[in-house]
Amino acid sequence: MPFEIPRITYTGTIKKVTLGKGPKAVTIGGETSYPLYLFEGEMPHPPRIAMEVYDAPPEDWPETVLEPFRDVVHDPVAWAKKCIEPFGAELIALQLVSTDPNGLNRTAEEAAETAKKVAASIDVPLIIWGSGNADKDGDVLRKVAEVCDGMNLIIGPIVEGNYKQVGAGAIGYGHTVIASSPIDINLAKQLNILLGNLGIPDSRIIVDPTTGGLGYGIEYTYSVMERDRMAALTQQDERLQFPIICNMAKEVWKTKEAKASDEEAPDLGNPQKRGVLMEAVTAVILLLAGADILVMRHPEAIQLVREMISDFMAK
Amino acid sequence: MGLTGIQIFKLLPKTNCKECGVPTCLAFAMNLAAGKAELASCPYVSEETKAQLSEASAPPIRPLAIGSGENVLKIGGETVQFRHEKTFVNKPGFAILVSDAMPEAEIENRLKRFNGLRYDRVGLTLRPELIAIKNESGDPVKFEALVKKVKSETDAAMILMSEKIEALTAGVKASSDRVPLIYSVNEGNLETLAGLALEYKCPLTVKADNLEALSGLAEKLMAAGLKDLVLDPGYRTLRRAFEDQILIRRAALLHQNRSLGFPTITFPCEMTNDPMKEALIAATFVAKYAGIIVLSDFRGETLFPLLVERLNIYTDPQRPMMMQEGIYPIGNPGEDSPILVTVNFSLTYFIVSGEIEASRVSCWLLVMDTEGLSVLTAWAAGKFVGDAIGTFIKKSGIADKVKHRQVVIPGAVAVISGDLEEELGPDWKVQIGPREAAHLPAFLKMGN
Ligand code: SF4
Repeated sequence: MPFEIPRITYTGTIKKVTLGKGPKAVTIGGETSYPLYLFEGEMPHPPRIAMEVYDAPPEDWPETVLEPFRDVVHDPVAWAKKCIEPFGAELIALQLVSTDPNGLNRTAEEAAETAKKVAASIDVPLIIWGSGNADKDGDVLRKVAEVCDGMNLIIGPIVEGNYKQVGAGAIGYGHTVIASSPIDINLAKQLNILLGNLGIPDSRIIVDPTTGGLGYGIEYTYSVMERDRMAALTQQDERLQFPIICNMAKEVWKTKEAKASDEEAPDLGNPQKRGVLMEAVTAVILLLAGADILVMRHPEAIQLVREMISDFMAK
Repeated sequence: MGLTGIQIFKLLPKTNCKECGVPTCLAFAMNLAAGKAELASCPYVSEETKAQLSEASAPPIRPLAIGSGENVLKIGGETVQFRHEKTFVNKPGFAILVSDAMPEAEIENRLKRFNGLRYDRVGLTLRPELIAIKNESGDPVKFEALVKKVKSETDAAMILMSEKIEALTAGVKASSDRVPLIYSVNEGNLETLAGLALEYKCPLTVKADNLEALSGLAEKLMAAGLKDLVLDPGYRTLRRAFEDQILIRRAALLHQNRSLGFPTITFPCEMTNDPMKEALIAATFVAKYAGIIVLSDFRGETLFPLLVERLNIYTDPQRPMMMQEGIYPIGNPGEDSPILVTVNFSLTYFIVSGEIEASRVSCWLLVMDTEGLSVLTAWAAGKFVGDAIGTFIKKSGIADKVKHRQVVIPGAVAVISGDLEEELGPDWKVQIGPREAAHLPAFLKMGN
């Protein structure tokens, strides 16, 4: 019996979304098959990596990942620039951790000023990620959208509790939104419908499925993303055909295994390499599940994952 | 694959004699189709029918075992392409490579790492299962000696790799009771190796450069009576190797292609010289769809993330992972240490215990059986509520371990504190902890 390649039928395509503006704008999406299944479909825009910048010096990063950024942690602008040169970032993700009401609780105005300063000093697309507190993000992200009028930012996480507040501003001031739902395909779809009804064009929506770290729930994210791509590509579920972003670095680096020193965990091997690999393995799992953008932290992990992406793409 | 009840019924005697334990042949056929009965229960089916039925009901990907004793590696037996469709069942085995051309000390170190790298997690021990032994020297005597050494110094399931039939024969003879995997069959050595595998009842690897040739070789081996095969599609570039894993899985599941219905072996060790990148290639094959993953070497930093990934991907997606109910000492708690109570969803446990460890304040963590539900879900389901928690605390025996009578509950269920105090009685005080585990270190350091 001659070998016949078992094919499956795709009926949908992931929508294309262009992030940022100018010569460094980045387009994602456009896939016509399951993630990286390039023998039977296209991935016209390979997955991209956004590098993290914090708006306040991080308090709980282990030494191994703080080290490359030690000279810039007090200055988000310098930090973002360092990510671009020498680390080669194609996108920046500014994490507005300082706005967390359980932490520094900085105001929406302060956060928006920081966002504007960073956006004005770089030419790659800028993602703005709130603290994850839905109420506070409602204020903060709305203010960011307004102050950064016309700067084509990517703003999130937008959740059911604050989508009206933030969504309206995003349309008015020309930004892209990140629709975020708690590891649930139906809630993801529901929010995408709501955003559409609000008048946000499909070309300005990307989706955050909520990311679990390696060893801490990544399998839930993995399966919800696989189901999402399956529905989008083979079941014509039009409201799920959006590119996916995974805000993964903070999930990886908060785990005790990524932080543990040599003395604390001798069996876990070299702490620096272990941290890098925990981040890079997480990234590979998410790429296989369908991530279009990975928010990452350690320059070495990023370099490794870039190589993997280009090996997957190699003819 | 899988005949329907009606198709099976047509092959039965249709006498309704009831000897199988159900009233009619049709009922028996339906039970067979549903996997609720064994064909052997009907004494009247012909040999021919038996062959036909067992062929049709065989799993699409052959399950097989390598190794013996406590450390038997089961691979194959998968029935889905995506874990959410059912679950992935048999975790891929991780192999470390040793060669008979390596310096003695290097071999020692690798065996030491193989024996030593073990991790406890959710009540399971995570460990590598396999050692791949390579006959690089070309010398059968050296190879046999190394096989014997590995066998006596480890419990590893073994992969015997040589291009020389002589060496493989010596290796198999020395280790057949350990059920090693023989590597590998090609056009040239097919008959001899098939004979060796049959004689010693060992699984055999088939290697070819493309899937057509691979399936052709497998077919010949099946015709020769071999059942336990492992497939090595020869590509060593990421893109092609990844593609072949997917196509083999699909051919077996979607086309019922028997000659590709076997577990696969992959070689990240032959795909890069960078150990970090090798780990990422291995990570790809954990998810998509290797039966065995051969690494050039491993250390804690490369092995641990892969073991955790494998645990995660192979978790049954229907069932949340659960911890055993009980008292978990974190650090070195004594009679004045704080008591915290939480649910037995393992993610919750990991996060909470991790944060307690990070605080460096020794604590007693009481884990209550909430059937694997998280704090808020368990509360909403009426399982993590005042009277239930109170009963649990009283019978947990924690009162004998501490002098104080104060318990911290998750901030997310602050509303139950009244009920809990009532259930525990006037001796006890209930304290409301933070809503987020991330704020536990600050909370504990404030001097509880
Ligand atoms: S034992 Fe066989 S012949 Fe008798 S009722 Fe059952 S299936 Fe029919």
